[in-house]
Amino acid sequence: MSEAQIKSLEEEFEARIARDEKIEPKDWMPEKYRKTHIRQMSQHAHSEIVGMLPEGNWITRAPSLRRKVALLAKVQDEGGHGLYLYSATETLGITRDEMFEQLHSGKAKYSSIFNYPAITWADMGAIGWLVDGAAIINQVALCGTSFGPYARAMVRICKEESFHQRQGYEITLKLAQGTPEQKAMAQDALDRWWWPSLMMFGPKDDESPNTVQSMKWKLKRKTNDELRQQFVDQTVPQAESIGLTIPDPDLKWNEEKQGYDFGEIDWDEFWQVVKGHGPCNKERMKARVSAWENGQWVRDAAMAYAEKQQLRKEKQAV
Amino acid sequence: MKKEWPLWEVFVRSKNGLEHRHFGSLHAADADMALENARDVYTRRNEGVSIWVVESKHITASNPEHNAELFEPAQDKVYRHPTFYDLPDEIKHM
Repeated sequence: MSEAQIKSLEEEFEARIARDEKIEPKDWMPEKYRKTHIRQMSQHAHSEIVGMLPEGNWITRAPSLRRKVALLAKVQDEGGHGLYLYSATETLGITRDEMFEQLHSGKAKYSSIFNYPAITWADMGAIGWLVDGAAIINQVALCGTSFGPYARAMVRICKEESFHQRQGYEITLKLAQGTPEQKAMAQDALDRWWWPSLMMFGPKDDESPNTVQSMKWKLKRKTNDELRQQFVDQTVPQAESIGLTIPDPDLKWNEEKQGYDFGEIDWDEFWQVVKGHGPCNKERMKARVSAWENGQWVRDAAMAYAEKQQLRKEKQAV
Repeated sequence: MKKEWPLWEVFVRSKNGLEHRHFGSLHAADADMALENARDVYTRRNEGVSIWVVESKHITASNPEHNAELFEPAQDKVYRHPTFYDLPDEIKHM
């Protein structure tokens, strides 16, 4: 194809997105669109899968059966969400094994939030309330994204996700209403998860070079800072209502903008964790890789069995 | 051995009276496993009463580049629609 032809295809492509048409896997698309989507969607899938680890750790130690079935269901959903997203990404021409390879080798990233440790039961509350709360804000914005399989997966995920946040808030609420020790646990979890949750929305707008292109492709409907503001505005009253304090001395209602002003995020910490130096980066990858490698013989055995059955069937048919 | 499990497409009937609809895809070693995985991945909240799985390689899809010759001929055949025909206002039940 000549350059002029590609240029006209690209213009037509951008026009389709501007008209709110969806792009489907077999449609022509610019190479950059394909690559950007493979990167973002697979990172999103990896985040779901790695996100199972901090919580999976607490399933056997949940304080009641009610909490246990809820946590189990939530972690299972995250596995499911990872699978929706992996198969949606595969429609762009990358294989599942290639994506796993990128995750395990460190080439692909996942959400940094999962590199923080979940050290008390109250963390299960804070993760559901804050981390899933932040994820929902990001994901609702993606339900209208331009790539059809991604948008469809997001719609399904958003429907399932709201129970995750509610069960987390309920855990936090019960602790906040409990003994002084329980309330202190809830406050401690909020103190540790608040800032990492704000970091989930990514760098500030003026340091986020891909924002313009992503907005055009509707991979983003709002900027990082807009989404972060929305999260702060909706979460602060939720904390106040149960008597917990947001760990930010600069937090103040701003009547003029009808939103909260809040303190500066520690961006050095943010980049440290992104670059692999968070408290749990190594531990998470070790758990993930060992699960994958120790499962290899099971996958091989299942495949060998399926092939043997198939062969037997073919012989009988002759 | 390192062989990736094949890809399957999953179709779910959400309730009797409705058609099966494409829900997504998944990997499984064989059809039985694909059905079991589809149940866990796509029907955790009563989304279905019946599941079909078919190996993705068995699906033949039309090419969007041929959309013009495939689908455009239908566009100028307005006479296939009832509104094409002029009838006097007093005629009822038609």
